[in-house]
Amino acid sequence: MDEAKRLVELIPRLRRYARALVGDRSSADDPVQDTLERAWAKLHLYRRGTDLRAWLFTVMHNVHVNKVRAARATDMLEDEMPELAQRGAQSDALVVRDLDRAIARLPAEQRAVLLLVTLEDMSYDEVARTLGIPIGTVMSRLSRAREKLRAMMAGHEAAARLKVVK
Amino acid sequence: MSEELPVTEADLQAYADGRLAPDRHAAVEAWLAARPEEAERIAAYRRLNDEVRAAYEPLLAEPVPRELERFAAPRRWLRPVAAVAGWVALGAALGAIAGWQLHATRPAMVSSADVSLMARRAAIAHATYAPEVRHPVEVGAEQEQHLVTWLSKRLGVNLRAPKLEEAGLSLVGGRLLPGENGPVAQLMYQTQVGRRLTVYWRPEKSGSNRETAFRYARENGVGVFYWIDRECGYAIASADLEKDELLRVATLVYKQLEP
Repeated sequence: MDEAKRLVELIPRLRRYARALVGDRSSADDPVQDTLERAWAKLHLYRRGTDLRAWLFTVMHNVHVNKVRAARATDMLEDEMPELAQRGAQSDALVVRDLDRAIARLPAEQRAVLLLVTLEDMSYDEVARTLGIPIGTVMSRLSRAREKLRAMMAGHEAAARLKVVK
Repeated sequence: MSEELPVTEADLQAYADGRLAPDRHAAVEAWLAARPEEAERIAAYRRLNDEVRAAYEPLLAEPVPRELERFAAPRRWLRPVAAVAGWVALGAALGAIAGWQLHATRPAMVSSADVSLMARRAAIAHATYAPEVRHPVEVGAEQEQHLVTWLSKRLGVNLRAPKLEEAGLSLVGGRLLPGENGPVAQLMYQTQVGRRLTVYWRPEKSGSNRETAFRYARENGVGVFYWIDRECGYAIASADLEKDELLRVATLVYKQLEP
């Protein structure tokens, strides 16, 4: 029953990851619930002594990928940068929301890599195993994700400065 | 400058994450020192790392919704434990409401909230004791006569242990519990494979003489059929039996206990 306890302990981390991955507070627990359900059904496939967290995040990744595939058509429409220039005063809450939005605008596969590296502090090797991709792909996705995020956040800062000057 | 190692993009990413191998540090830092724009880019990545972490950090401290905890629990034992925690919170809230209502000096008519309160109490009691392996009951079925006499005396009613063999359930025993208005009783039954069901008895206020229809409630994984029949309120609770099985048992109990 050790796994059961560990699984429960990992729920907050799953929720955090799901929240950042899905970008929508109201539906962020759905993939967590799907993940836990599936993890229970498949716990016998988990090999004791290996990394339960990586295994659980793999399950979540698979759950999420299936959902995203189903929703892909709508995803495409939101790929363009929206109204970044409309922002006036700054606050921490706004920064968080903007960061949230910027992350949501990354391609899903880049977002997953970035979040596992920064939020979960996984090694590149662990990320590769969790997502089932080569480590070279991890590195290139990470690099692209960061550069996009930097550009988006810099654009937002520039827009905010413009507003102040005006 | 004699043997400059090529610095790759992967090196730079690892540097931003603090994951660069120690023997590469000097080379990467020298490389960045000569390229201010690249140095600024990597510094921005580091800031982004911090910002992303800070943005989502509070989510770790958020309480996990009860529904999720239930999903994280195997059917057999963890779920009732999580359920008890939920029920205790719910019970406290309802207790507060009930207490408030009592103070409001109403006529002695019992509301339907009181009946569903009984169902909740029965479910809490079920979730508390049904998972017990060593001490599910205070008095075991081998002393059934003593159990029935003792509980009847404490509750002030003529308590009987229903015979549920035809539903595949045999008596495990019973215990005395505190209710809102005095002692109540719980009888526990189980199938051959250990699926459990409890019968909850609550004496009604003397002279209330009311009856209610069967009602069903399901919360936190415990299904409950409950009703009031003159001098007693009854609730049949189980987390293991399906609703239709539970109804069958409830009907059986009702028939046997009909005054």
